[in-house]
Amino acid sequence: MSDMALSDPAPSPETRARRERRSRWLLLTPALVILSLAASGPLLVVVIYSFLTPGDYGGVEWQFSLDPWFNVVAERDFFTEELKLADAHLLVFWRSIKLSLMTAILCLIVGFPTAYFIATRPAHRRDMWMLLIMIPFWTNLLIRTFAIMELIRNQGTINTLLMASGVIDEPIQMLYTEFSVLVGMTYVYLPLMILPIYASMERLDFNLVEAGYDLYATRLQVLRRIIFPLVKPGVVAGSILVFVPCLGAYVTPRVLGGGKQLMLGNLIELQFGQLRNWPLGAALALTLLAVVMVALVFYVRAIGREGEHNA
Amino acid sequence: MRKGFDVRRQPGFTAIAMGCFILLYLPIILLVAYSFNAGESIAIWEGFSWRWYASAWENEQVKDATIRSLILAASSSAVATTAAVLAALATTRSKPWRGQTVVFAMVNQPLMVPEIVTAVSLLIVFAVVKSFTGYTGLGYLILAHSAFCIPFAYMPVRARLQGMDLSLEQAGADLYGTPLQVFRHITLPQLWPGILAGAMLAFVISLDDVVITEFVKSAGQDTLPTYMLGQLRRVVTPEINAISTALLAISVIMVTAFFFINKTRK
Repeated sequence: MSDMALSDPAPSPETRARRERRSRWLLLTPALVILSLAASGPLLVVVIYSFLTPGDYGGVEWQFSLDPWFNVVAERDFFTEELKLADAHLLVFWRSIKLSLMTAILCLIVGFPTAYFIATRPAHRRDMWMLLIMIPFWTNLLIRTFAIMELIRNQGTINTLLMASGVIDEPIQMLYTEFSVLVGMTYVYLPLMILPIYASMERLDFNLVEAGYDLYATRLQVLRRIIFPLVKPGVVAGSILVFVPCLGAYVTPRVLGGGKQLMLGNLIELQFGQLRNWPLGAALALTLLAVVMVALVFYVRAIGREGEHNA
Repeated sequence: MRKGFDVRRQPGFTAIAMGCFILLYLPIILLVAYSFNAGESIAIWEGFSWRWYASAWENEQVKDATIRSLILAASSSAVATTAAVLAALATTRSKPWRGQTVVFAMVNQPLMVPEIVTAVSLLIVFAVVKSFTGYTGLGYLILAHSAFCIPFAYMPVRARLQGMDLSLEQAGADLYGTPLQVFRHITLPQLWPGILAGAMLAFVISLDDVVITEFVKSAGQDTLPTYMLGQLRRVVTPEINAISTALLAISVIMVTAFFFINKTRK
């Protein structure tokens, strides 16, 4: 035994573990270098910038200040030095949250029955239906937003049709309103609602539904008391998956809101563009990030609960 | 039970689902249709013509932006896929290890952090780098795009690795294959569909990006999406529809191919 071990020196477990560790970090290096240069590193810089003083022409002065964070929610009157709430910011916060919630609700109203429809198709057809949902999602967001814009603008398809048929004389102003932003976001993020609901529904045991009918439940009761509770994790997951990108939306409110219906993303951009207050922009960006992170914690918990369900 | 009673039916659901599919596709179909309009309107049909494709083709700015978009998408998907394949090899099929959480958080960061936040963070950092080095080339965009493409390239490769039969690799090692030989002749051939799928996904994601590109690009570095965003403020002609249709065609082909590559592996 000992002779064999000498003639064929197998690496000791420690050596092997060390080698494995080294090769792992070696393989990870390219990805980690790229990500720290262009993702996590810059994010840390944003944190630093949110505690600095704005420079006169954009950029920053390297002077510590808590003003950016303070200015997220409050402002000092220019003349009287009086403190008051930053109404303009709060309005944008409110609009962002309101529109994101409304988008999630609209997506749920349309997405739930659609996911149900797909989940009740024959198994070999479901993939095809899901592909139909996913194709628009993977196409350019700007183009989809633009397609909505063409539909609802004053010289657009809907107004042209309505005017030609004599229903209205003047085009209805739909573009550059909260309505247009809402429609646009619902349109672009709808697949994010359908995907997780479908994933829960596909595993739904229809014997339970049948048992409900055997016990004289109505269709509505079956939907409310059996189907909905079973797919609830998917519904929660879908709602958060829609809510999160809506909160940080930039392109859709810019194109469909036309600079009037600002959302958080646009407010952040303004600070880096016209208003030249980079530290405030950094603080606003981190505020957005914090809200998104809280929402994602709920998302992870919803997904986790579903795992337990099927265990 | 009553005859013909379908336990799966819910009243109105099919109608809503049909409405949903129509809503998803109608705007896109109209957009594509009007790219072939002979007139200058995007709402009044005046007959079929290729004129807007011809005019987009002759537009120097469009040509310039198209070439830049394709170079950017090709190089960043190549960089991202290479990095992602190596990272997937390092992180899949091993016991929990130290630093795992941090690495996964870093890889997934582009999926979790809102694009606008990443965009301004890159604006800040690259502004400093630009003023120090004076370099304003395409490198910044390639780096930024590679970073946010990594998770998209990583996912299919990792999924493929997890589903792979380990016994083949063991057999290779038993027959005195060196680790590198085993990787080249056994692991890599099985991994190809995942790598291809990841690269295609990364390509589409890079090609479609607006927000990060808009904040990172130097003057005169428009890609096709940022060029379009700039044009939307002006009077819109079907030329934009023609460009959109071309971009759309690339995405749809790529995504459908991705779907089938992913499907056949099972």
